[in-house]
Amino acid sequence: MGGAFAVGSLSYELGTPLRMGPGYFPLLVGAILAALGLGIVLKGLVAGEVVSFGTVPWRAVGVIVLALLFFGFTVRRLGFVPTSAVTALLTTFASTRVRPLMAVAVAAGLTLASTLIFVVALQLRIPLFGPWLPF
Amino acid sequence: MELFDNLVLGFSTALLIQNILYCFVGVLLGTAVGVLPGIGPTATVAMLLPITFSFEPVTALIMLAGIYYGAQYGGSTTAILINLPGESSAAVTALDGHAMARQGRAGPALAAAAVGSFIAGTVATVVLAVAAPPLASIALEFGPAEYFSLVLFGLIVSIALARGTALKALAMIALGVAFGTVGQDIYTGTPRFVFDQRELYGGIDFVSVAVGMFGVAEILRNLENEQTRTAVVSKVKNLWPTREDRRRIVGPIARGTGLGAALGVLPGGGHVLASFTSYAVEKRISKRQKEFGDGAIEGVAGPESANNAAAQTSFIPLLTLGLPAHPVMALMVGAFIVHGITPGPNVINDEPELFWGLIASMWIGNALLLLLNLPLIGMWVRMLRIPYNVLFPMIMLFAAIGTYSLGFNAYDVYAIVFFGVLGYILIKCGCEPAPLLLGFVLGPLLEENLRRALIISRGDASVFLTRPISAACLALAAAALVIAVLPAIRKRREEVFADDE
Repeated sequence: MGGAFAVGSLSYELGTPLRMGPGYFPLLVGAILAALGLGIVLKGLVAGEVVSFGTVPWRAVGVIVLALLFFGFTVRRLGFVPTSAVTALLTTFASTRVRPLMAVAVAAGLTLASTLIFVVALQLRIPLFGPWLPF
Repeated sequence: MELFDNLVLGFSTALLIQNILYCFVGVLLGTAVGVLPGIGPTATVAMLLPITFSFEPVTALIMLAGIYYGAQYGGSTTAILINLPGESSAAVTALDGHAMARQGRAGPALAAAAVGSFIAGTVATVVLAVAAPPLASIALEFGPAEYFSLVLFGLIVSIALARGTALKALAMIALGVAFGTVGQDIYTGTPRFVFDQRELYGGIDFVSVAVGMFGVAEILRNLENEQTRTAVVSKVKNLWPTREDRRRIVGPIARGTGLGAALGVLPGGGHVLASFTSYAVEKRISKRQKEFGDGAIEGVAGPESANNAAAQTSFIPLLTLGLPAHPVMALMVGAFIVHGITPGPNVINDEPELFWGLIASMWIGNALLLLLNLPLIGMWVRMLRIPYNVLFPMIMLFAAIGTYSLGFNAYDVYAIVFFGVLGYILIKCGCEPAPLLLGFVLGPLLEENLRRALIISRGDASVFLTRPISAACLALAAAALVIAVLPAIRKRREEVFADDE
């Protein structure tokens, strides 16, 4: 499990606070965290296990991250409807078995549904079309 | 008859038309979430949290609670019909439930699950109503030292129940607590770990953490092996169990209810433990041990009753101590706070309509579930045919919109990306995200009470040991830790899980 543990511990060590901040609590937690992370790594090394990550759906990871970032970045600028449509369209391509026509249909349906649910029914105050668009 | 008066008050609140309506919406959504594999109740509650901000507090909580116990119900449907547990606690139900479905006895299996769940839910609701007030009055006596020790105890117990190694679960809690320290310091207002980003001063929103860890990360994991999701749905005919079936499910339902009600109080997914334990018990005491795994109706009725009873009683620590037992309860804490209510022992006295209304609504919700599930089973079966290609973009889009609408802040959306990817990596490393979320929610409480206790005692750390309740909690926490970490016992624990899976 060596590889898996190393990657996991990387994220633990990030939690170690070098700047103490007010009070010792974050430092305490950081120290415990680092100790546990180290413990896991050592245990992995001692056992000498190697675990494979299995298949990582790189395409899905990339596409979904992109779609969500796009949503966060443009929702105020483009408005609710176009942002939702593009985000939905992007996410459908995370699957390897998607056909373009189907993706467009899904995106259109979802945009309509979410507009009805969130904006019409729940009165969410997001402009339907934002300042980046000419209408 | 104080209890009676309280229940009258509760029902008069719960029976208001908008409360029944949202209770119905909650259990309907919950069932849908439970039926559809790949969407968990945690992510759903997190996404719907912003929507409930405009509701009356009691209505919001009724709906969110409905989603939660509705999902416990719905999970069994998928488990029985297509051998895909929609929810972790339904995993055992799949063993015998699906075997029964293959023999053409899906109907009685579903009926046993539904009836068992209803009876268990009813009993557990009564347990909740009886047990909560005295517990809350004890909790009112608690000082910061007791709270600190209690929270610590809760966190430690939750790792004992988490799957995977205890060391990893412990690390997950610590990581969650560390994330919880982001934001302004409670006493001095000094920003910590904000990296000069103004948006981080208020801390990380726990909805972002939950949606990321349980929504985005789950979807990424599900997209790993798309090919496996081709469902063959068993036909359902003749729901009514035979006389023999009815005789065989009475005992398991009663035992499952008791086990579930007791284990549900435990932090960290007592409902999963409850269903596994119930299955193990039924298998051990049954005269037809050989039938287990090939369609023993006891193996459906017992665990289903247990997990539903546990779902109800897991509200006890939340309502009496303000301590969430698992991620969904952690989100309920958020729902309370948004509505300006601090969850904990004061809720019963300060907000009696809310407290008793919520309890009464659980019983109503259980009755609605019975109505929803048996006659409408065909509808749920049809829902299983929705392809995942349509489902996951929907979840992603709703996650983005829901998180954004929390504070109309793009940072919350970026946060779900961060926690989604982190959560996916952690799952890949064999770490469960649930302890992380609990640590994240309870971390600030831990810090606050630790520091307050130390201020009161003028820096003398021995307060934690000299105050009896605090000392008892710490002793129990230490014992739980030893049990979880000791290799011999851990092996035994793994055997228990392996045995049941």
